[in-house]
Amino acid sequence: MRVFVIGAGITGSLITRELSKYDLEVHVIDKAPDIGWGVTKANSAIVHGGYDDPPGSVRAQFAALGNKMYDELSNELDFDFIRTGSYVVAFKEEDVEYLKELKKRGVKNGVSNLEILTSEELKNREPNLNKDIKAALWCPTAGITEPWEVSIAAIENAKDNGAIVHLDEKVLDIIVQNQKVKKILTDKGEYNADIIINAAGLFADEIAKMAGVADFEIFPRKGEYILLDKKLKGLVNAVIFPTPTKKSKGILVVPTVDGGILLGPNAVDLPKDQKNNLETTKEGLNEVYEKSKALVPSIDISYSVKTFAGLRPETKNKDFIIGATKIWGFINVAGIRSPGLTAAPAIAKYITEKVIPEDLGLNLSKKSNFNPFRKRIPHLEETNLEEWEKIVKKDPRFGRTVCFCNNVSEGEIVEAIKRGAKTLDGVKFRTRASFGRCQGGFCSLKILEIISRELSIPLEEIKQNYKNSWIVKGKVRP
Amino acid sequence: MRIEKVDVLIIGGGAAGLAAAIEAKNTGVKTLLLERDRNTGGVLNQCIHNGFGLHVFKEELTGPEFMERLWEELGNLDEIIRNNYTVLKIDHINREVITLSEEGIVVFKPKALIMATGARERPLNALRIPGSRVAGVYTAGVAQKMVNIYNRLPGNRVLIVGSGDIGLIMARRLKIEGMDVLGVVEIMPEPGGLIRNVVQCLEDFNIPLWLSHTVFKIHGKERLEGVTIGKVDENFNPIPGTERYIEVDTLVASVGLIPQNELIENFVEMDPINRGPVIDDLMRTSIEWIFAAGNNVAIHDLVDFVYEEGKIAGRNAAKYVLGEKLPKPKYIFKRGNNVGVLLPQRFTGKEPFKMYLRPKKSLEKSAILFSGKVVRKFNWKIRPSEMIDLVVRNFESLPNEVLVEVNKID
Repeated sequence: MRVFVIGAGITGSLITRELSKYDLEVHVIDKAPDIGWGVTKANSAIVHGGYDDPPGSVRAQFAALGNKMYDELSNELDFDFIRTGSYVVAFKEEDVEYLKELKKRGVKNGVSNLEILTSEELKNREPNLNKDIKAALWCPTAGITEPWEVSIAAIENAKDNGAIVHLDEKVLDIIVQNQKVKKILTDKGEYNADIIINAAGLFADEIAKMAGVADFEIFPRKGEYILLDKKLKGLVNAVIFPTPTKKSKGILVVPTVDGGILLGPNAVDLPKDQKNNLETTKEGLNEVYEKSKALVPSIDISYSVKTFAGLRPETKNKDFIIGATKIWGFINVAGIRSPGLTAAPAIAKYITEKVIPEDLGLNLSKKSNFNPFRKRIPHLEETNLEEWEKIVKKDPRFGRTVCFCNNVSEGEIVEAIKRGAKTLDGVKFRTRASFGRCQGGFCSLKILEIISRELSIPLEEIKQNYKNSWIVKGKVRP
Repeated sequence: MRIEKVDVLIIGGGAAGLAAAIEAKNTGVKTLLLERDRNTGGVLNQCIHNGFGLHVFKEELTGPEFMERLWEELGNLDEIIRNNYTVLKIDHINREVITLSEEGIVVFKPKALIMATGARERPLNALRIPGSRVAGVYTAGVAQKMVNIYNRLPGNRVLIVGSGDIGLIMARRLKIEGMDVLGVVEIMPEPGGLIRNVVQCLEDFNIPLWLSHTVFKIHGKERLEGVTIGKVDENFNPIPGTERYIEVDTLVASVGLIPQNELIENFVEMDPINRGPVIDDLMRTSIEWIFAAGNNVAIHDLVDFVYEEGKIAGRNAAKYVLGEKLPKPKYIFKRGNNVGVLLPQRFTGKEPFKMYLRPKKSLEKSAILFSGKVVRKFNWKIRPSEMIDLVVRNFESLPNEVLVEVNKID
């Protein structure tokens, strides 16, 4: 039995890993050159509590459940996950009423540990928040992670368990015969397939259309962010939400796992044809700055390290579309907007434990030799010095610092390349090299040199990320 | 973890660090210099243009030539310099400097420490310019390294953002190497670099300089395709109607240097304007065994001055190690009208010393005042982009707190 997962984002990656537990031939395919470069790369990186999704929605079905799975998952896949907790803060009396509403909703969704704090209680825990805040809803189980790292870890583990990864390969068509999936055609070849799982993010509607199940549309919704220097570590200890609006959870102040502070996102609905529009705007960035400053007045924008935008795949009903379709073997996992990162582990299990056995009527048998564990690339900043010295003694390249802002060594970069990084971004997302305050000023050329050496390709052919993102043009003189 | 004792430890092997090492070594104390890169010299390695050394060597040298002078002065490099050593942490309570290298973790226990960690470039990303995130956006220093060290061009058509000195130098360099250099945009109404560089790098090569202009938007899908530039008003807000699209595949940004003080800023008294440690005329920080010199103290225009500061720091750190009782700071300099960067902020009043300052605003005719008394007059235009150096000799009559002002005169 051959299964194809289309999309190596957070949902596709975790589904691929889940499938690799079974006796199946599992393939995952993505048009991007690396793992997690779509929606997964640019979002708030929050594992939500799961209290605020409308009870009865598909989102609510998976969010709280997914949240609970993160401890084990982060342990098995060895990625950073910190249960920082989160606050929804209220400035007005009516907002305080809304917090009570949210708390009730949480109980309905199975999130029962919520607590409403007074401004006094909040002040002790988060002294930098706006003093005008009247109350806050505390959710201790919310957390933060690095979504791309979760994806990379899941794919690495799936690969170890036999999954086949196709990157830089675009699905062009899906052949259906007798109401059953039969083949996938790509720009690199064609493959027979028994089951196809559509986890194509922003493009899930286009993939569904190829299979003849065009009953939904995906709309891109843009969110812009500002990342602040890790010198501000501790500015907030938990995720800070404003009272949400109908449209979105609002603009947040989020600690990142490596100590930075992330501000954003705003929410701008784009036309359907702008699924590649990742431009930041003056208005958007101003909005992010002003609204985050309303939450934490001491935010100093001169600590900006970078700005970026991400797209969320939105559907008409603002809900996930998950399940089997009228085409046997074609399963949608679409419209995975917020809280998609949170829900993804639960969705992945649902596919293998419910959709495939119950809706497709297939009995999957578990592999006896599945290895659930994956080891991360060691990082100096997360390791004690005695341990690190042992690593250096074994391989001196771990004693050669390349990225000074985040203390990333040549050894880590070489390891990232071994694990599949071919581009500057590939190295960056795996090691945090060039992610810091100088944004690659000191290290990008050295990383280029290392990639060139390790993969035996000339500097001119190394990309920042995608095909046309060349970095150096050619020799000054022969 | 190996522990190594040393008299004077210098962090950073650029011009300031090398100069400090020369002086410290010459007194006979055990001196070590830690450099995180593959070799010392810092940015001098890639500055192949000339203009270095006019003050201290009375010659016009290139960056590498200047660097070699320092190597010659230092003598046996292997004994003093450790390349590829990164300082992870300074434990100022236990006086330990914890480093990482191929050797593993080495903890140095110095009697005196000299910070010569220099500056880094502000990335364009940090300016929150709207638009796409694309390849093809470099800081001027990266572009310079690419061309001069890696023998590679960054692209075909380039716009320079910011008229800092490296930006101006790179405009010329890229033009000489055959790129289309469309111009330099500068958000301020005046150039950010030295006037001599505006003349020699732009005017002599017919490269336009657009003042009060900036990049409004960055365009492109994967590689840069173009930028929208336009004029800004006095509050740096875009003036509608002045927008213009320029097709370029490369942006080179020279938008400021930031002193690097991450290793000490949490326990040494810092000057928020200089963005460096508060120092006295002996180049001492607020902690008596920690000295500092060079661009980590404040951004300088000339390597010559950085070198001189390094020597002062090296000399005094060695004296400290040898047990000589160094005088305590007696006077404080306070910023008054129109004073930006200013150093030193304290002085002992024992010997003449050089003060450096930058006016906040340009003035046609002006004077520096110490607590109301004119100490120097300028009959030419002074500007923030040109650091003023002033030898202070007479301090007997000064109050303990000296107010420094740069005022307009008739």
